[in-house]
Amino acid sequence: MAAAPAKGSPLMASRLSGTSLTLAYDQRVVATDLNVSIPDESFTVIIGPNACGKSTLLRALARMLKPKTGAVHLDGSVITSLPSKEVARRLGLLPQSSIVPDGITVADLVARGRYPHQRLMRQWSKADEKAVAEAMRATDVTELGDRIVDELSGGQRQRVWLAMALAQETPILLLDEPTTFLDISHQIEVLDLCADLHETGRTMVAVLHDLNQACRYATHLIVMRGGAIVAEGEPGDVVTPELVRQVFELRCEIIQDPQTGTPLIVPEARRRVTAPA
Amino acid sequence: MTIRVGSWSVRLAPRALITGAALLVLACAVSVAALATGEYTVPVPDIVAAVLGQGPPVAELIVGKLRAPRVVTGLLVGAAFGLSGAIFQSLTRNPLGSPDFIGFTAGASTGGIIAVVAGGSAMTIAGGALAGCVVTAVLVYALAYRGGVQGYRLVLVGIGANALLLAVNSYLLTRANINDAATAGAWLTGSLSGRGWDHALPVALALAVLLPMCAYVSRPMRMIEMGDDAAKAMGIKVEAVRAVAIAAGVLLSGVATAAAGPVIFVALAAPQLARRLTRSPGVTMGASALTGAVLLTAADLAAQRLLAPTQLPVGVLTAAIGGTYLVLLLRKERH
Ligand SMILES: Nc1ncnc2c1ncn2[C@@H]1O[C@H](COP(=O)(O)OP(=O)(O)O)[C@@H](O)[C@H]1O
Ligand SMILES: [Mg+2]
Repeated sequence: MAAAPAKGSPLMASRLSGTSLTLAYDQRVVATDLNVSIPDESFTVIIGPNACGKSTLLRALARMLKPKTGAVHLDGSVITSLPSKEVARRLGLLPQSSIVPDGITVADLVARGRYPHQRLMRQWSKADEKAVAEAMRATDVTELGDRIVDELSGGQRQRVWLAMALAQETPILLLDEPTTFLDISHQIEVLDLCADLHETGRTMVAVLHDLNQACRYATHLIVMRGGAIVAEGEPGDVVTPELVRQVFELRCEIIQDPQTGTPLIVPEARRRVTAPA
Repeated sequence: MTIRVGSWSVRLAPRALITGAALLVLACAVSVAALATGEYTVPVPDIVAAVLGQGPPVAELIVGKLRAPRVVTGLLVGAAFGLSGAIFQSLTRNPLGSPDFIGFTAGASTGGIIAVVAGGSAMTIAGGALAGCVVTAVLVYALAYRGGVQGYRLVLVGIGANALLLAVNSYLLTRANINDAATAGAWLTGSLSGRGWDHALPVALALAVLLPMCAYVSRPMRMIEMGDDAAKAMGIKVEAVRAVAIAAGVLLSGVATAAAGPVIFVALAAPQLARRLTRSPGVTMGASALTGAVLLTAADLAAQRLLAPTQLPVGVLTAAIGGTYLVLLLRKERH
């Protein structure tokens, strides 16, 4: 990313950005003077320790949280000045947790993702039908269509929520911990799906916990600590043992991921176990 | 099921439609039974004639002046309670979030009792009830407000307000003279006896205005049931929708209580029954209104005929039925 113009500056061409953000809940200030811009058509991954403000930042970018100062811009306009439904056709967010309505089926829940595209007299167009089928296929929940969401496993449910967000068909998609609750193979499946979506030209932003997965999939990494962005850029440029120690208070060694060549974080062992010869 | 005409499309759930039609038929059947039976039996053809204004004078008197206003008031009040319950249960995502549990009905009672003690007419009592309901709702909303109102806070604050207001009501009754206490006591049970067109009219007007409002917010409300963030992500103005819904719900339970007294359990039971009947996820406004109308008129019919000639206030019956139902519901929720 060395060639990119001043990172995080509002001048950087980017559809989605936040400038001088102060983010707070009531009196509790989470972040001050935060500048962030999401590179267009990137797969941006946000990492950082628990409670450092990742969800808060994502919620601010998706206009769920009104900044105390500063503004979030979408396509050059202050996001809150745009009609909310219009924003919802360009920008989607999968919140960290949502509530499953009692007794709803998978197909009905996914179909709710079409809300921003619908009107009183256009409740279910051919495009809606296609988008829902497509989203269910991509997340591998087509077979679950008639099942009650409450009765699914955590992993299945997470894929259904993801399908709902996909059905919204937004060019920018923000995902807050999309791999939580998933076993390792489903984690990889979801991340591969995100990578595929990224390849088709969508801008993807995801909060992830696994640093190695973050390094593998991100084209742009944002590292946060204590409500501030401490580093950003390509994973290979950004992730150093020094950074990991500073941000996560973890001593580690960094080697090359044998599959992808991206950084692979190997935490220092507290006790060395001598392997049998 | 989808109906498409050109670029227009409407989505319908067959089961909800059938349930709606069945409830409508049921409401008609109960109404006709209530119009026909009683101390004087009016044959069905005479009812029809009386409604058209061409019946025998006796039938016109009994149907037009005595029974029809009561039936119509029952239908409208039942629908209003059903809708109000649907709104608050959806907002709080909790069956116990209905207006009879979160203080609104109790507040209406306080207003009604104060009006009785002040020696008010039936209309003043109705006005007192409506005012009591609105004032309580505003206070509960304000106390629960924290840059927006979360459902669980509304329930917690509401339950507190409910307990407080019930205590106030008991206190007011002990301070009232014996006649006022008797009048207030009768009103507090909730009754449709002696209701005339002047009781039905305000509820009809309120429904005429609020029903379209409810229909308008019902889809966004269903989205809000998934959580504020999920709904906002879909482009819903959560706080605006919630404000409209709360206003409609408060006014509905206010005018309903004003017309019939604090009839309990209709607002609680109707949306829950409607949901199970339609099997649709989330709030079902239309079905809740219809279920409420059927519940209240059926309960009123039973209250009049069950121990005839002794007349029970309808509130006794809805409490008995509703109480049983609540216990069953809670038993089931425990899995
Ligand atoms: N709704 C809320 N009200 C008050 N404080 C909150 C709320 N949500 C999050 N916080 C606080 O804001 C800080 C950042 O939280 P969050 O953005 O959720 O962290 P992360 O997603 O990085 O784990 C935490 O200290 C958290 O306690
Ligand atoms: Mg989080």
